[in-house]
Amino acid sequence: MTRLSVRKTYKLWIGGAFVRSESGRYDHALGRDGAHVANLPRASRKDVRDAVAAARKAFGPWAARTAYNRGQILYRAAEALESRAAELAARSVSRDEVDAAIDVLLHYAGWTDKIHPVLGGVNPVAAPFLSFSVPEPTGIVGVVAPDEPELLGLIAEVAPALAAGNVVVAILSEKWPLGGLDLGEVLGVSDVPGGVVNLLSGRRGELAQALGAHRDLNAILDAAGDAELSAELDRLGAETIKRVRHGRPAATYDEAVADSLSRLEAVTELKTAWHPVGA
Amino acid sequence: MIRRLPHVDRVGIEERAAMLGKRSIKTTAKQQGIRLAVSMLDLTTLEGADTPGKVRQLCAKAVCPAPTMPEIPSVAAICVYPALAGVARGALQGTGVRTASVATGFPSGQVGLDVKLRETEDAIAAGAEEIDMVISREAFLAGDDARVQEEIVRVKEACGDAHLKVIVETAELGSYDHVRHASMISMEAGADFVKTSTGKAATGATPGVCLVMLEAIRDYAERTGRIVGFKAAGGVSTSKAALHRLVLVKETLGDEWLTADRFRIGASSVLNDLLMQYAKTETGRYGRSEDFSKE
Amino acid sequence: MSVRTSIVWDYAPAPEATDHVRLRDSYGLFVGGEFRDPVDGRREPTINPATEEPLAEVAWAGPKDLEAAIEAARAAQPAWAALPGRERAKYLFRVARLIQERARELAVVESLDGGKPLRESRDVDIPLAAAHFFHYAGWADKLRYGVAGREVEPMGVVGQIVPWNFPLLMAAWKLAPALACGNAAILKPAETTPLTALLLAEICQEAELPAGVVAIVPGDGATGATLVRAPGIDKIAFTGSTGVGRDIQTALAGRDVGLTLELGGKSANIVFEDAALDQAVEGIVNGIFFNQGHVCCAGSRLLIQESVADQVVAKLWRRMGNLRVGDPLDKNTDVGAINSAEQLARIEALVAAGEEEGAVRRTVACDVPERGYWFAPTLFTDVSPAHRIAVEEIFGPVVSVLTFRTQAEAIEKANNSRYGLAAGIWTDKGAKAFEVAAALQAGVVWQNTYNHFDPTAAFGGYKESGFGREGGPAGLRPYLREKGA
Repeated sequence: MTRLSVRKTYKLWIGGAFVRSESGRYDHALGRDGAHVANLPRASRKDVRDAVAAARKAFGPWAARTAYNRGQILYRAAEALESRAAELAARSVSRDEVDAAIDVLLHYAGWTDKIHPVLGGVNPVAAPFLSFSVPEPTGIVGVVAPDEPELLGLIAEVAPALAAGNVVVAILSEKWPLGGLDLGEVLGVSDVPGGVVNLLSGRRGELAQALGAHRDLNAILDAAGDAELSAELDRLGAETIKRVRHGRPAATYDEAVADSLSRLEAVTELKTAWHPVGA
Repeated sequence: MIRRLPHVDRVGIEERAAMLGKRSIKTTAKQQGIRLAVSMLDLTTLEGADTPGKVRQLCAKAVCPAPTMPEIPSVAAICVYPALAGVARGALQGTGVRTASVATGFPSGQVGLDVKLRETEDAIAAGAEEIDMVISREAFLAGDDARVQEEIVRVKEACGDAHLKVIVETAELGSYDHVRHASMISMEAGADFVKTSTGKAATGATPGVCLVMLEAIRDYAERTGRIVGFKAAGGVSTSKAALHRLVLVKETLGDEWLTADRFRIGASSVLNDLLMQYAKTETGRYGRSEDFSKE
Repeated sequence: MSVRTSIVWDYAPAPEATDHVRLRDSYGLFVGGEFRDPVDGRREPTINPATEEPLAEVAWAGPKDLEAAIEAARAAQPAWAALPGRERAKYLFRVARLIQERARELAVVESLDGGKPLRESRDVDIPLAAAHFFHYAGWADKLRYGVAGREVEPMGVVGQIVPWNFPLLMAAWKLAPALACGNAAILKPAETTPLTALLLAEICQEAELPAGVVAIVPGDGATGATLVRAPGIDKIAFTGSTGVGRDIQTALAGRDVGLTLELGGKSANIVFEDAALDQAVEGIVNGIFFNQGHVCCAGSRLLIQESVADQVVAKLWRRMGNLRVGDPLDKNTDVGAINSAEQLARIEALVAAGEEEGAVRRTVACDVPERGYWFAPTLFTDVSPAHRIAVEEIFGPVVSVLTFRTQAEAIEKANNSRYGLAAGIWTDKGAKAFEVAAALQAGVVWQNTYNHFDPTAAFGGYKESGFGREGGPAGLRPYLREKGA
């Protein structure tokens, strides 16, 4: 008798916990061949709210970690993804895409302690002050992931946000959400603290609208490539002067890192401090 | 006594002091300011070469600085060494110009307390009405605030009715925190005036130092109700500098401090510049030093 | 000792001479390198807020005028961008030098048109404007070092809208980096203070800046709104209120137009018990009464540690009595005229709200001229964090005092704002200053000073105070596009 397999239950990843949508709604995830693969949660506006609340709680401690420590954690995440690469490749995304995603994570892991010297520095002001400008994370970054490539396109947005010290609420590919949900399980066993990354599957239009309208969100990275949605996110973002960046989906490793500094800059604030010299 | 230093921010104090140096003092304000500055002057000579003759000439100048401009008042006082206090007092008798003498091992203060007291008594016996003493920087920099204070208390006793000005010698204190602290100690110990400098050190009454001491005086007056005067001495050699000090006093302590019993400028060479600038406001012509007698 | 003098010594009036100022009766639009009559705009007087007298008539740009300016800019921009960096630099150096040469005239006009004390326009606005041009002139041939190795190109034609509080300085903040990066710029000065920008247009002519590279198009909010929506603009840089910034961000939704916003604030100025209190009082005064409080980063929320609150308020109130309020052209004036009747009404309304809500108001008694717009320096105590005067930007010489008990409470209160432009910290303890500075959500944090600016130091806000930076290499970024992006 052949063994009956234990099926996988996909869940949202919010505040470090794997949860069903509070709405109880679900969608069907299809494989590339169009066959039903699994059920998956269809997140609601309230799930968005919960994710933002969890992210807010996680932001302070995450931003306060040393750059070295954040780099270690992102490296550890790359390790975890590498060890699950074959599994992901078998189920959802191509092996090439997983490999690229791992390398992108690694690339940004190495950025954590270089943002300061590259974007900041001492300002030679014409007065007796030590003036310096330091980059600081913007806060909670909402990511609207592209449909394709589902994993690489997501990581290309999430990784720079994390490297700069931000926390993320991401809306996954509506068409191919499994890679993103799998990423949650990978990060869940890495050292990424709960709430630092929150992943929601569901209807992009509905979720992005709720996310963009959330007043406690500080920035939006929109890689969905949907002009109408982009404009709507701009309008919503304007309500609280959010930083909004629209980008094409990163289809290759090169596209995810070629403009890495600009990606980091988009979710970074520059703080200028003046301290008197002379007692 | 555990020393608790006050906080003074150097950058901030110098910015404020410099800003007050930019007040535009023109026309009538300039004339009035110059007359005021003259009336607050402690005309000073503190040289080894001072003789009775030189002091008598200076006294004449002090009483009537510019015979051709009668509206110019007498200066506030003549300041000399103790050995010449008697000469000055004799020359100034009945003029309203007061006799001040330095004492206490001026300028270094590096003599014993008994010598300091004896010198003070001698100066007063010779006719000094005001004593300009120096604090013991040796004790202050070694952290012995108690001794600094004790010496001032004892000299004040020796002064009797004579007014005591306490010189903290800012240039040797090393920081504004110290300047403020030394000023406070001096006031607590009974100083009638606190004074910046001996005029013998590298720097004197810089705008920053003046402002720090004026703020200390203001805070002390507010806390205790006792009025202490201020004397800026050392480096005030131009009219512009003198007017700048007046502005510092006016905008820190208020108009009621702009009298000779609360504010003095100690200087030797500023008087003729004040006279020259005054004459310019009258004639519209820039002056020359020959127009006024040196003494 | 007897009192020898009974006179009260005060400064005689010291008005800056105006005979060296060459103002025309009427100014056209500066488009295509020349002053032109408006096609569909109109002419409006610009008045002196200290006297309510008109100073000159100024052309306001209509939609067709803006179109013409954009067309001229588009035509001029490729050649400007193609110039070697060192050549662009030379033009900007020329502008800087000409500002210095005409500094006195510019200072007088700035004070006439805007009401700010001459001491500030002379010592702050104009020298800093020149310094900005000098700083960015030097960048023009070193751009690749300013962007950390990225391959960049100019945005193209940029629209720049500046406020009325630092008219020439804000024009310099906008134009200098834009031009250094190879953009053409269309600058709209504020409706109440267009004159120094128009003098800057003359300076551009004197510097022989290629025609079309800079346009100066005065107007009001409607002109700005048209400029923001105009086709042919690649980037908008705006300094002004958060309300208008929000409208601009909304208007640009869905369009591939770069945007930077430098908006309002309600900045916290935090005085700890270990501060040098007298210097803190000076900093408070400079933080809120500088430029009549018409400063986006004004230290309008004064947070004082309870243990020294009474002492600091007493010192502050005493110090406020020393402020010399009056004729902006008098060299001894500390606080000048309110910029416009409209702004005065706004300040009066918020101050009235403060009184209604139960805060205790103290206003300095001072004689102000009968004509003109004036508001005497005002202090509110017993302010609660929920009061409107503790939350809303007043943009006037009004400071609201709140107290705190601990460092953590100070940080919490300071950050409890939709804004995040600037903050001040007053403490003599270095380690504390660094810790608090790091914890404040503000683009600029000053320790033991306030309202210090420098062309090398980035300036800009967190949260609803806007995004993008001006000053230093960070100030280049908004004017450059990464190639291929």
